[in-house]
Amino acid sequence: MREAGLAPFIVGLPLLGAVVLLVFGRRIGRASGLIASGAIGLAFVLGVITFARLLGLPAEEREATQRVFDFITVGDFSTGVSLLVDQLSVVMVLVVTGVGTLIHIYSISYMAGDPRYSRFFGYLNLFAAFMLLLVLGDNLLLLYVGWEGVGLCSYLLIGFWFERPIAATAAKKAFLVNRVGDFAFMIGIFVLFVSLGTLDLLAINANAAAMGAGLSTAAGLLLFLGATGKSAQIPLYVWLPDAMEGPTPVSALIHAATMVTAGVYMVARLSPVFEASGGAALTVVGYVGALTALWAALMASAEYDIKRVLAYSTISQLGYMFLALGVGAYSAAIFHLVTHAFFKALMFLGAGAIMHVLGGEVDMRRMSGLRRAMPIVAYTFAAGVLAISGIIPFAGFFSKDAILASAWIEGNFLLWGIGTVTALLTAFYMARLYIRVFEGRLETPEGTHAHDAPALMAAALIPLGVLSVIGGVINLPGLVTLEHFLEPALGESEVPTGVLTFLLPGLALVAGAAGLFIGRRLYMGEGAEARRARLVAAGGPLVEAARNKFYVDRIYAATIVAPGRALASFCADVLDGRGIEGVVNGTATFIGRSSQSLRHLQTGYVRTYGVTFLFGVVLVFGFLLTRVVLA
Amino acid sequence: MNDLPWLDITIFIPLGGAILLGAVPKDRVGALRTGALIVAVAAFAASLGILAGFEVGEAGFQLGSSLSWISEWGIGYTTGVDGVSLWIIMLTTFLMPLAVLASWSVDKQLKPYFIFLLSLETGMLGVFSALDLFLFYVFWEAVLVPMYFLIGLWGYGRRVYAATKFFLYTLAGSLFLLLAILYLYFAAPGEPTFDYRSLLGTELAFGTQVLLFLGFFASFAVKIPLVPLHTWLPDAHTEAPTAGSVMLAAVLLKMGAYGLIRFGIPLFPDAAQALAPLIITLAVIGIVYGALIAIVQRDIKRLVAYSSVAHLGFVVLGLFVGTIQGMSGGILQMLNHGLSTGALFLLVGVLYDRRHTRLIADFGGLAKSMPVYAGVFLLVALSSLGLPGLNGFVGEFLVLLGTYETYAWWVIPATFGIVLAAIYLLWAYQRVFHGDITNEANRGLSDFNVREYAMILPVVALIVFIGVYPKPFLDRIEPSAQKLVSQLNDSSVLPEGSGVAEAP
Repeated sequence: MREAGLAPFIVGLPLLGAVVLLVFGRRIGRASGLIASGAIGLAFVLGVITFARLLGLPAEEREATQRVFDFITVGDFSTGVSLLVDQLSVVMVLVVTGVGTLIHIYSISYMAGDPRYSRFFGYLNLFAAFMLLLVLGDNLLLLYVGWEGVGLCSYLLIGFWFERPIAATAAKKAFLVNRVGDFAFMIGIFVLFVSLGTLDLLAINANAAAMGAGLSTAAGLLLFLGATGKSAQIPLYVWLPDAMEGPTPVSALIHAATMVTAGVYMVARLSPVFEASGGAALTVVGYVGALTALWAALMASAEYDIKRVLAYSTISQLGYMFLALGVGAYSAAIFHLVTHAFFKALMFLGAGAIMHVLGGEVDMRRMSGLRRAMPIVAYTFAAGVLAISGIIPFAGFFSKDAILASAWIEGNFLLWGIGTVTALLTAFYMARLYIRVFEGRLETPEGTHAHDAPALMAAALIPLGVLSVIGGVINLPGLVTLEHFLEPALGESEVPTGVLTFLLPGLALVAGAAGLFIGRRLYMGEGAEARRARLVAAGGPLVEAARNKFYVDRIYAATIVAPGRALASFCADVLDGRGIEGVVNGTATFIGRSSQSLRHLQTGYVRTYGVTFLFGVVLVFGFLLTRVVLA
Repeated sequence: MNDLPWLDITIFIPLGGAILLGAVPKDRVGALRTGALIVAVAAFAASLGILAGFEVGEAGFQLGSSLSWISEWGIGYTTGVDGVSLWIIMLTTFLMPLAVLASWSVDKQLKPYFIFLLSLETGMLGVFSALDLFLFYVFWEAVLVPMYFLIGLWGYGRRVYAATKFFLYTLAGSLFLLLAILYLYFAAPGEPTFDYRSLLGTELAFGTQVLLFLGFFASFAVKIPLVPLHTWLPDAHTEAPTAGSVMLAAVLLKMGAYGLIRFGIPLFPDAAQALAPLIITLAVIGIVYGALIAIVQRDIKRLVAYSSVAHLGFVVLGLFVGTIQGMSGGILQMLNHGLSTGALFLLVGVLYDRRHTRLIADFGGLAKSMPVYAGVFLLVALSSLGLPGLNGFVGEFLVLLGTYETYAWWVIPATFGIVLAAIYLLWAYQRVFHGDITNEANRGLSDFNVREYAMILPVVALIVFIGVYPKPFLDRIEPSAQKLVSQLNDSSVLPEGSGVAEAP
């Protein structure tokens, strides 16, 4: 029990910060940023202490729950606000609070001067609280509460600059697309409860096998459809690119490092349910993940908005994580989740630093040679690029390699192939981004003056840069590894042996290096432009389609939004307006006409009836009163 | 203290207060307002006595009294409260002071206005407390009159049309109710009586049960309202003054759902069980249909009105799926809908006082001029669309869970209702609050004043409290709900071939 004793405070500190800032924010003013950073920083410290306490225990005892109070309890349905500390949740806590703290500190500088400064930090703290609830909740209902809570904060923060209609629309889109996923998630919860009689995560996992293949497949697919919303996978990823309208620290924290990984966490957490389906659910997870990885990487390669490139990249990397889950490599998925949190947050914050000095510019075609003006941003960003491209010894190399190797070992060469091609594409679009923005002659949009990141921003960039370089050590073969730590919670994972030990990482490395090389050929030096033109000509319709986001938004608008709106109008105007109302008013008219002859008795004024009626009621009451008094 | 008949005291404080207000000169605006407020607060304070005296874990009726009234006809003044009615009674007394506070902008004939408003409260409290069918019917009809005048005299726009429609619709339903009550009265063996508890367990042929159930149902379905009997609601809601809309949505609509489970199920369990699939179908249609229509509304009040059709669909769905989660969730959802929708109407009223329009298109960018108002509105909207952590989720979740247990496939369209709710609320929210201020009239709007804070903060506090810690509420509902579920499921003479739908 003692091991989980701090958990309520880990959730409670940012929650308290949020309440204080949202209620008294305007009076607190400038100190809001410090209060919010302090709250999440302290939560991080408590997370580290909890982690240390867990390490002090034998591996199989690293699991404790702390019940705070009862939540919804009716009949045989019983859930509590109860927090579970184990290997998986503590890793998530460290990521959320660790990366979260750095992004809070960065925001103090980034958001300085915004008229709604303290509200921003209130929302940020609120987000952290819900995210921590999501990863610490010991039952599926509480996980769902956190799940919806982070969705709300995402809505609030995407639409933070609500004066801009485009931001408000993006916020609404994010919420609604996620609601579609939540609809499935909720039904998945019902299936699990009715089949197993509990929503306790550990109990679900312990009994999942008893559900039978049919129900567990249904439950797994419903939950996964929920995950495709929150974690932006096919078919529900369309909200994430638009979500870039939010302030950039939000993109870093919510739409790269933490919230969007909630689906990965959920599937990993409930992996026995997915396994109980006899492979069907996991296969879907794996293929959807792989296809999303490739699909989004293609769009990233054709995009000019720096934040949207990073957004597509996030969708793609999340796809990798689902690919890993699909082949049963749960700890590899979590490993990639952790390293991705480092390098993707880093790159978003770098992009933010650029936008900060370029007056909000996001079009990469108007940026060039920024390395000369902003070396800290450039070099930390480069660390991120190398990490995501899977170049040894940067963090992404180890985690991406673990995923690809698992696919191979599972014998799923198709998934391995898609993953490897995507690795090449990833390195390519990242090289494209980096070279466009940082290399070449220094150019900035008119009226702006590029300078390096201010101290507080650098204070976030540098640690994340370092983690992107050395983050792989948490899972270095032969050392105390993340995989071993997670094993009791997620099960054992296979590692390559023999010649594969070197061959698989070698191939992944070659793919990444090739991508970078192609990027360099196409965007740097003599003749790059000509080569690019030839490629575009050769790619033809594919390039055109990728530039138009494969028309998916338009297809959804035509096949779902427009018919839905037409149906709503039909119900309102025709069914209700002319149909039911027509009958009602027609009846009234008919009665009105046919009672012409009785008009002397009946005045036709309802208020006359009303008064008569009231009179009657008063009489009855008077009678009542006398009876009671006399009795 | 606890020996006092708090329930009866609570019922009659508003009526007594209304009579006292009659003595205040009609031009003493301040005295009338303060007086009405004091009466409403006094009734709320008295109702806390009910809450304090209510024994948790008890399924039967408590805290009531039983007086003989017209003994030769078997009519008595019999009252009582159980887990079904407790929270609706508390909701009524809780909202009335807020409704009075929302009436500050009423500028004509203040005296009759408050008299009607307060007598309305006694009527509603009586409906939820009466355990004598005759008494129930008296209160039921007594509610109609003040509401008719509140809409017809103090309403907006097409108020006379709306009030007439409301009156005739409800009256038509009530006739069937009266006939059914009288039939039951004469059909029951032994000493003729209107006493609810004596009539329970009256053996009736299945066909008779169905007819009588439908008689009650006709009246209640109009009130709830179930599609297609709902078209009085958007007009009445929209044209009523703020306090009228609040009480109409929060409390009056609950009279229908309440009647179904107080009388429909216990008096005619076999009929209720046999007709449950039909009622569930209507409820689910209401959820989807109401929400779809809400999406394309241009008037905020009409939008909220149609959202009520959808929300009441959830309530009725929960009540008839025959599971404890559904029943408890449905009963809790009556309270939740009262709070969320009541709050939405209060908020729309605040806006109407400032801008004298309710058209969504007339607004835009209000989050900038009224930031606190915008924040509170969002919170209430989120509660209405069932965001976890707020009250609406608890009820809807339980209803849907309960539905899945017995009518698994129905859960798909019903759950889709929560997607639609997000669409109509957030889209409207965006058009009213987001974007730049395009209409100059919206620029200088003032945020809440002290009176408005006092009006809205108590509701917001409850919305959050129930969402985070629903246990005290559910604990008091559950025993009575359990009893109803057994009545619905263990009916005695279910004829062959009319079985309940099996879960697929």
